[in-house]
Amino acid sequence: MSWLSTHGVAFAIILPLLMAAVMAVFSKGKWLPWLVALTVTIVIAVSAWTVFQTQLSLGEFIYQMGGWEPPYGIALRIDAVNAPILLLIASMAVMSMVYAQPATGAEISERRGPPFYAAFLLCIAGLMGMVVTGDAFNVFVFLEVSSISTYTLVALGANRDRRALSAAFNYLILGSIGATFFVIGVGFLYAETGTLNMEDIRRILANLDGGSRVAQVAFGFIVVGLGLKLALFPLHTWLPGAYAYSPTVITAFLASTATKAALYLLYRFCFTVFDPGFDYVMVVLTYVITGLAATGMIFASLQAFFQTDARRTLAFSSVAQVGYMLLGIGLVSVAGLAGSYLHLINHAVVKGGLFLALGAMWYRFGITRISDMAGISKTMPITTAAFTVLAFSLIGVPFTAGFVSKVALAEAAADKGWWWAVMVIMVTSIIALFYMGRMMMAAYFSPPPESCQNDDGTFIRNEAPILMLLPMVGLALLSLLIGLRGNIVLTDVAENAARTLMSGAGL
Amino acid sequence: MEFLFSHFNYVVVIVLMMTGLYVVFASRNLIKKLVGLSTFQTSVFLLYITLGKVASGQPPILEYDPTTKSGYDEHTAFVEPVLLAASGKSYALPGQGSEILYSNPLPHVLILTAIVVGVATLAIGLALTVRIREVYATIEMDSIEEQDLQYNLEGLEDEAAAGSDRA
Repeated sequence: MSWLSTHGVAFAIILPLLMAAVMAVFSKGKWLPWLVALTVTIVIAVSAWTVFQTQLSLGEFIYQMGGWEPPYGIALRIDAVNAPILLLIASMAVMSMVYAQPATGAEISERRGPPFYAAFLLCIAGLMGMVVTGDAFNVFVFLEVSSISTYTLVALGANRDRRALSAAFNYLILGSIGATFFVIGVGFLYAETGTLNMEDIRRILANLDGGSRVAQVAFGFIVVGLGLKLALFPLHTWLPGAYAYSPTVITAFLASTATKAALYLLYRFCFTVFDPGFDYVMVVLTYVITGLAATGMIFASLQAFFQTDARRTLAFSSVAQVGYMLLGIGLVSVAGLAGSYLHLINHAVVKGGLFLALGAMWYRFGITRISDMAGISKTMPITTAAFTVLAFSLIGVPFTAGFVSKVALAEAAADKGWWWAVMVIMVTSIIALFYMGRMMMAAYFSPPPESCQNDDGTFIRNEAPILMLLPMVGLALLSLLIGLRGNIVLTDVAENAARTLMSGAGL
Repeated sequence: MEFLFSHFNYVVVIVLMMTGLYVVFASRNLIKKLVGLSTFQTSVFLLYITLGKVASGQPPILEYDPTTKSGYDEHTAFVEPVLLAASGKSYALPGQGSEILYSNPLPHVLILTAIVVGVATLAIGLALTVRIREVYATIEMDSIEEQDLQYNLEGLEDEAAAGSDRA
C-alpha cells in the first residue's frame, strides 16, 4: 500500500499505456480482452483511491518522474483540485468497462474487440495524465493521446450508424485545431517565462505582474484551445455528432470524463498558472467566459428541446451543463468555483448514467429516437427507473445531485449580485424539465408497440443484462446519495478544491 | 520593412498558420482539409524552433573540455555532468560560464513530440477518409451531408410506414 501511495500517480498512467500495447497484440476473443481491460481499470481505480487518500493526509504532493528535479524534469502534481477528478475518471472507467462487455458484443465486431479495448485504455491513460501532470507541454501530449484514441473510438460506432465516420472526422479536425491552439499558447508562455513547469510559470508571471502582450496572447490561445476541447458554446459543433453516433459505452465515458478533464485544465490555467488578479485574465473570465456560458446555456437547452434523437438531446444538454460550470468559473469566487466543481462531478455521474441507460435501451430495442421510447417503462422497468432518477438529477429536482450544485451556483451568483445569472440558471432548468419530460412522457404514458405485448395484454419484460444494469443503477444511487448528503461533498471536496484554486489568486 | 526582415521566421509562421486555418475551413474536400490541418500544425513546429534559436548560438552539443579532468574517456566526461545537472545540485556543465553560447535545445525536443502527434493525427484522418470513401463513395463534405440528410429523411419515412402498418 505504501508503494502505491508513493508511486500510484505514475502507475495509474503507465499501466494502461503498457496494457494498451499488450492488448493490441491479441487477435480476437470475447472474454479475455474484456477481463484484462476490466482488471486494468480496477487497478487504476484502486491506485486513484490511494492517491486521493494520500492527498487528503498530505495536502499537496509532487511526484518527480524519473527523479528529475522540477522545474527541469516533468513533475506530477497532486492537490485538492485534481485528486477528486482523478478518482472520478478512474471510477467512471470501471463503470464503463463493466458495461462494455455486453455493449461491445452487440456493437463491435469480434475482430475489432482487442483494438477497441486498447484504444479505450489509451484514452484513459491520456485523461489521467492530463489531470495529474504539472507540466504545460506534457498536458498537450496527454491531451493528444486521449483525443487521438477518442477519434478512433468514435469512428468504431460506424458498425451501428455510418454517420459515426463523418462525426469522427469532424471531431478530428476541430479537436486537432483545439490542441494546436493550446500548444501555440504554451509556446508563447514558454517564450515569456522560459519554463514549462506550471508552478514555475505562475511564479515568474506573478513577478512580471502578468507579463507582456506575449503572455496575454498565450492566455487567449490557451482559452480558445481548451474551449474547443470542452465544448464552450460556439465551439461545440463537434460534440452532438460525436456523442450521438459513437458506441454507447464510449458516449457515456466521453460525456462523463473527456470534457471534464478539459474543464479541469481550464481551472488550472485560469487560476493556478495565470491569475485572475491580472487584468486580462479577469476581463476574459468576467465578459467572455461568463457571456458565452450564459448564451450557451440558453441556446443549447433550446436546441436540446428540438431534437428528435434521444442521444443528441442529451448531447446538447451536455453543452448547456458545461455552461453552468463555466458560469461558476466566471464568478471568480470560492462559492462559485465550489458550485462549478460540484456540478462537474455531478454532471459526470448523471450524464454518464443517462447515456448508459439510453445505451441499454438501444441494446434491447434499437431505440435512438425519443418517439421510439414509447412504453419503455413497461418493458424495461429497472433501466427506466434509473433513467428517471438521473433525469431528475439533471433537471435539479430536490434530493438529487443536480439540485445541490445548481443551488450552490445560484447562491454564489446571488452573492455577487448577478441576478440575471440566477434567472438563466432557473430558466434553463425549466427548459431541461421540458426536454427530459418529453422522454419521460413517452416512456411512462405511451403504450409500448404491439410487438412487445402478449396475447392477454400483459407486456413482455425485456430487461437489460445484469452487467449493464449494475453500473447505471450504481450511478443513479450515487446521484441520490450526493443529493441527500450533498453538503458534505460540497464542503469537503468542492470547497477545498475551490479554496486551493483561489489561494493562488492575487485578489 | 526592416521589422519584417528581422522577424522573418515569425512572418512565415503567421502566413503558414493563416493559410492552413483558411484551407481547413474553406475547402469541402476531406483530403484538402487534412492538408490544411498539417500546414497549420507545421507552422507551430516552426514557431517553437524559432523560439529556441539564440542569436549566434551554436548547436547544443556539449564541447569536450580535456582540461577539466584527466583519465576519463569521452563518454564518462559527458555522462557525469549530465547526471550532476539532473540531480539538481550543480549545473556546471563544461563550457558554461565561458564564451560558448548554445541554442536552446528544449523546443526541439518538444517539437519532436509534436511532430509525432501530428503524424498520428494525419494517419487517423487519412484512415477515416478511406473508410468514408468506402461507405459514402465520396470524399466531398457537401455530398456526405446530402447523403446523411437523405438517410435521415428515409429513416423517418420508414418509421412512418411501419407506424401506419401497426395502426
